[in-house]
Amino acid sequence: MMNFGSKASKLEVVGDKVADLNVTVDGTIMRTKDVGVRYNETYKALRDVSLNFDRGQVTALIGPSGCGKSTYLRCLNLMNREIPHCHIDGEIYFHGKQINFKDVNVYDLRTQVGMVFQTPNPFRKSIYDNIAFGLKKHGIKDKAYIDETVERSLKQAALWDEVKDKLKKSAYALSGGQRQRLCIARTLSLNPEIVLMDEPCSALDPIATRAIERTILSIASRGIAVIIVTHNIEQARRVSDKTAYFYLGEMVETGDTSKIFTNPDDQRTADYLDGRFG
Amino acid sequence: MPSNLSERAIKAKRQDKTATVIISVIVGFIILLLAAIIIYILAKGIGKAVDPSFLTSNPQQFKEGGGIGPELFNSFYLLVITLIISFPLSLGAAIFLAEYAPANAVTSGIKTAIEVLSSLPSIVVGLFAFLLFVIQMGWGFSIASGALALTVFNIPLLVRTIQQALESVPAHQRDAGLAMGLTRWETTIHIILPTAMPAIVTGLILSAGRVFGEAAALIYSAGQSAPALDFTNFDLSSASCPWNIWRPAETLAVHIWKINSEGVVPDLEAVSDGTAAVLIICVLAFNLLARFLGKRLGKKLTAE
Amino acid sequence: MQTAKFQSSNDAGVLSANQGSVSGNAVASSTGPSGLPEATKQLAKSQLERVGKYITGFCAALVVLVVVSLIFLVAQHGLSTFFVDGINPIAFFTGDTWNPHNTGADGMPLVGALPMIVGSFSVTLLSCVIVIPFALGAAIFAVEINPTLGSKILRPALELLTGIPSVVFGLIGLMVLVPWVRSWAGGTGYGILAGSLVLAVMVLPTVTSLAIDALESVPATYRQSSYALGATRWQTIWHIVLRAALPGLLTAIVLGMARAFGEALAVQMVIGNAAIIPSSLTTPAATLTSILTMSMGNEAMGTVYNDVLWSLALVLLVMSLVFILIVHLIGRKSVSNNAQ
Repeated sequence: MMNFGSKASKLEVVGDKVADLNVTVDGTIMRTKDVGVRYNETYKALRDVSLNFDRGQVTALIGPSGCGKSTYLRCLNLMNREIPHCHIDGEIYFHGKQINFKDVNVYDLRTQVGMVFQTPNPFRKSIYDNIAFGLKKHGIKDKAYIDETVERSLKQAALWDEVKDKLKKSAYALSGGQRQRLCIARTLSLNPEIVLMDEPCSALDPIATRAIERTILSIASRGIAVIIVTHNIEQARRVSDKTAYFYLGEMVETGDTSKIFTNPDDQRTADYLDGRFG
Repeated sequence: MPSNLSERAIKAKRQDKTATVIISVIVGFIILLLAAIIIYILAKGIGKAVDPSFLTSNPQQFKEGGGIGPELFNSFYLLVITLIISFPLSLGAAIFLAEYAPANAVTSGIKTAIEVLSSLPSIVVGLFAFLLFVIQMGWGFSIASGALALTVFNIPLLVRTIQQALESVPAHQRDAGLAMGLTRWETTIHIILPTAMPAIVTGLILSAGRVFGEAAALIYSAGQSAPALDFTNFDLSSASCPWNIWRPAETLAVHIWKINSEGVVPDLEAVSDGTAAVLIICVLAFNLLARFLGKRLGKKLTAE
Repeated sequence: MQTAKFQSSNDAGVLSANQGSVSGNAVASSTGPSGLPEATKQLAKSQLERVGKYITGFCAALVVLVVVSLIFLVAQHGLSTFFVDGINPIAFFTGDTWNPHNTGADGMPLVGALPMIVGSFSVTLLSCVIVIPFALGAAIFAVEINPTLGSKILRPALELLTGIPSVVFGLIGLMVLVPWVRSWAGGTGYGILAGSLVLAVMVLPTVTSLAIDALESVPATYRQSSYALGATRWQTIWHIVLRAALPGLLTAIVLGMARAFGEALAVQMVIGNAAIIPSSLTTPAATLTSILTMSMGNEAMGTVYNDVLWSLALVLLVMSLVFILIVHLIGRKSVSNNAQ
């Protein structure tokens, strides 16, 4: 079992970058140290978040609206850089390497750190092309591999049986839950090591939500680290191994989900989980 | 309930009704006015506008019976050349503004420049083209000068339409592309642009209608004379070669203005009415085409 | 388990772009088949991104270059009236005699532009006065009274009206309006009134569609709270919606004025083109644009007459900048009001 934020002592400085030599021992694949986000140079939306993420585990980021949990999630694949005036501070380690520097290759990073959004957002293309498109744009021309990957990813996202006869149909012919699973399949097609999910069920009904949650667990069982932002405390309890509680731009508390939900250390966490606010 | 309140309520209600009636009358008047304008132009000119010899023969300067053959061709030829130049340029600038432009002073400078250009009187645009292309470049009154004048005239509208079309694509589509490790360029070209295409096509055709009817930007750039055209002539340096971009080229709109301000053609009214009818028919056709194609493409995009 | 792509496949590793790659990339120990098969050689993503940015940035820069050179060239020629030909700007702006081929008592050409300036402002203001009730009424109809008819009939009609070429408006003015004014007010029928009426119809779609935007941007909650207080629809429109939309409505009017001020051919066809200060609305007059349209082709470049024409063009250009400035000021003011 890992300990969140306890890796700082094992760091060794290499030049201006920091390499964590013990990165693979306990399966940590991504780690952040004092990550913050500023807008317009001054407004701090997020302060000093340090977390570790392990392979094969689901981490839930919870907290009331505006607490910074989604902002934090968007740091992990550097998506915040796409927002004008948004600046990411601190250190983010992927495979033990700092990735939060100016000319990092975000394109390769994002194939390995995939993301699923709140609104199901398939491309306005066919179901098949939604998945094949990304592969093609990453230089893969091998038709057999693409066909095989489309099938594999759709199976992993538990969508294959529902769509295998209509792969050439528009993705917008699918229901909301199916669209979201298509988006998960699209992410999985690039063989990511981490999948970030930003409230993936908030636009879905309870049945579709169940299906997504099952998919999350099966993704994690393949050794992928899943980091999910959720509004739904019960969902966090159902799917996550670890939970981190965010409040007012800070990470208040983190630990095993069972511990956080039964015996939180911080009063603010307890108040939130008891439904006293948020 | 105090009685004066209910009196006031009755008065307010009456006022409300009166205002609604007045406003409805205003709207009715506007619709009637538009209908009257179009019907008037069509009714007066339709006889000429459907006469093949009027549409194909050369204009006359001092006698009756002149046609608008060269003007009709010039209008379309200028339009096509203008769109060939202005569409890619506007598309590029719009993509830059919608997808790349950093939120800084340079970007707001670009936006201001486009805004300035859009508010410039078209006669000033025409005079600029006159100065730069006709005189300084030595191109004379020519299709080349005219097309560039129309390009300058068309760019601000086109950039704004395309930019709005790109920005109206939901942000989550852009996020989806970027989060898969695609560049902004790939995301724009393969995801945003196809989604925005119906709005872009509609905007392009509407701008084409505007370009087609523009005259002030052309009188001192493409010129006010229409040499007779010989469609068997492929000598690109000859004034009678239709495709020669260095020849002067009066358009339909300029023709209407010119014969009316010179007033020497004996059948002036018939010719200008006929030309106006042709012009209006073309503009209506552009308008309908824009709606039709926009809807068609939109359906193709959302359905299946 | 997958191998990190930046250890296995193409050379543009996550850490290497532009920064000299950190050696010993294979820190992660995971083994097995690579995340993605070897990509066919293609332009590295960051290069592709740069190419896209440069191409589109070039287009944007070209547009800016056009605008800058336009302003520069017109200013250069327009100012040479004063700096090269030595004409007193005061004589230009306040002189009421336009006859550049002749010289006045001071030996300078008679280049008083006041008649045209007065003419331009007169037609612009009058056409706006005429158009405001129509545009406002139509916008209220389309947003507040009957949005269905508004979007099904009114908006397409306005779009169509926008598309009608200005020479066609000029032609109708010439054939219908001028005789009508003549029979009604006497004189030739040409003049400010005919010009203003034509312009009013021409700027109607511009002003209306901007006014519609302004009304639509008023939040629905404003209306709901007004109705909840028992106000009638008209009271809501008059006291709440129009007031809230005021900056947008002013912008609509100013942009309409900008268009009216710069319109050339339609006005030129009906105004009579007499460069004298108009004594009434129905006597022939002239605008900056009409004189430019008429005379530019007749005067050789470099002559005083020609230079003065460029000065008129410069006045037009400066006025359109002023209109934009006003729009910006309105926008800024309304932002700061909302912030309070």
